[in-house]
Amino acid sequence: MTPEVLYNIRTITYIIASATFIIGLKRMGNAKTARNGNLIAAVGMTLAIIASIFIHVNKVQTETGVAFEQVETPGFIYSLIFAAIIIGTIIGWLTAKKVQMTKMPELVSMFNGMGGACAALIGLMEFHHNTGNTGALIAIVLGLIIGSVSFSGSVIAFLKLNGTMNKPVRLPSYNIINTLVMIGVFAFGAYMIFSGTESSTLLYLLFAAALIYGILFTIPIGGADMPVVISLLNSFTGLAAAFGGFLYDNKVMLTGGILVGSAGTLLTLVMCKAMNRPLSNVIFGAFGGGGASAGDGPDVKGSIKDMSVADAAVLLNYSKKVVIVPGYGLAVAQAQHIIHELEMLLEERGVEVKYAIHPVAGRMPGHMNVLLAESNVDYGKLVEMEEINPELEQTDVVLVVGANDVVNPAAKTDPSSPIYGMPILEVDKAKHIIVNKRSMNAGYAGIDNLLFYDPKTSMLFGDAKKALTELVAELKTM
Amino acid sequence: MTEIINFIGTHQEIIFFIILSVFVGIEVIGGVPTVLHTPLMSGANAIHGVVIVGAIIVMLNVDANDYVALSLGFLAVVLGTLNVVGGFVVTDRMLEMFKKK
Repeated sequence: MTPEVLYNIRTITYIIASATFIIGLKRMGNAKTARNGNLIAAVGMTLAIIASIFIHVNKVQTETGVAFEQVETPGFIYSLIFAAIIIGTIIGWLTAKKVQMTKMPELVSMFNGMGGACAALIGLMEFHHNTGNTGALIAIVLGLIIGSVSFSGSVIAFLKLNGTMNKPVRLPSYNIINTLVMIGVFAFGAYMIFSGTESSTLLYLLFAAALIYGILFTIPIGGADMPVVISLLNSFTGLAAAFGGFLYDNKVMLTGGILVGSAGTLLTLVMCKAMNRPLSNVIFGAFGGGGASAGDGPDVKGSIKDMSVADAAVLLNYSKKVVIVPGYGLAVAQAQHIIHELEMLLEERGVEVKYAIHPVAGRMPGHMNVLLAESNVDYGKLVEMEEINPELEQTDVVLVVGANDVVNPAAKTDPSSPIYGMPILEVDKAKHIIVNKRSMNAGYAGIDNLLFYDPKTSMLFGDAKKALTELVAELKTM
Repeated sequence: MTEIINFIGTHQEIIFFIILSVFVGIEVIGGVPTVLHTPLMSGANAIHGVVIVGAIIVMLNVDANDYVALSLGFLAVVLGTLNVVGGFVVTDRMLEMFKKK
């Protein structure tokens, strides 16, 4: 085959891959077709990667028109590429297969960081090949900056989700410092593009500065907002990939990158909307940060009512309608199977059981759905917030398992509360509320919850899995 | 100013392409139910792993005697593969749980 034919075969592969990305994303938006959509996109990606490795033909401009030249690559470079792909596949596959369902958000963040780092490395290596070409340098420097920010930001997000770093770290006037650092990084980038410098030292300094900015950007943001941040960093990596596509005039990188960039941005905004907070408030705001707002407890506190497992079992057994509100505590305790058992047991006795899913329950939107789906909970029993709220008034018992901020009435009643305005599950309308929690510690937002002092509320302290297991055992004796 | 105008002129195809892709990206995930946000984010995460194509291009053109570039390129391909493989596998694992019972 002539180089021209080979070049065009690669182009066709890229067209197919781009189409699979769009179809894949579209199908991922529907529970029935989602898995198939993911598979389609994966096949397209594989095709694009194979074509990129085996067809190394460059299109060059000559005096008479365009020519296609096949480039010989030394065999050992191919060995290196294959070795790298094999290593990446084994590590990626094993990690993705082995990790617990509860650790999924961290993992997504980590993989996102890897993509960002890859984009940053491309920028580091391509810089010197393109001195004097302003257009290419813009793509290189922006890809380097955004990729690095995405990488270091994702690492911090990973550490926060994983609990290694659970308090937001705030330097004094961090907003001003962060803005200045951001402006500085971009000004430095502009210098690298337009000054014609070839200094490697400066290039690595820019890399370091962008990494530091990624850390500064993520570190003040509270754990509860990490899903939004991961989604945002996800779209950053998409953007960095798109700059790579611009640099190489590679359409598949462009489509993949831009699709994720725009879809990711929209997803970020949708998540913010679910929490009723503007994105700027997440990035610059004061959510879940020690500080004044968190310290100000509600003025009037009643007393907390403790409840025994036996009492809880009796209450549940004689109810007509029970709504379970799962939260991160359920995920941490790995209590998704036992809660399903409880649900089936109650249903057998004629109790109607539903799950109320708050859009941001857990550490990621949809986190609870994934977790409950794992233990075979019927998809139809998971009811979203808007639909369940009107039903709560006719509910006999609401069982809150490891959720806190998403049922905090302060979001509706206390304008001084940091979560004021966030839509919540209005569980205080129900006849009884049982709250299972490990302790009286505040939730991720670090604020007190008036619900626990409600006369209708009883607290069932203990690890979710342990408490629910005891509850199931108790119910079985009745 | 003229430079910018001419830059846009020379790259018009790609600019059209970018604008259309942005709208496709927005359209394609519009109206997705909340329950699918996590898998969707994860799936999108795998798709931006396409950046690995750039890492492969770098490796194919690298100077075989430049060990720094070789190691950086090698690392870039490993990281890109991690993003792609890990991303798709983890998304599949999440979605497996949504299958019809």
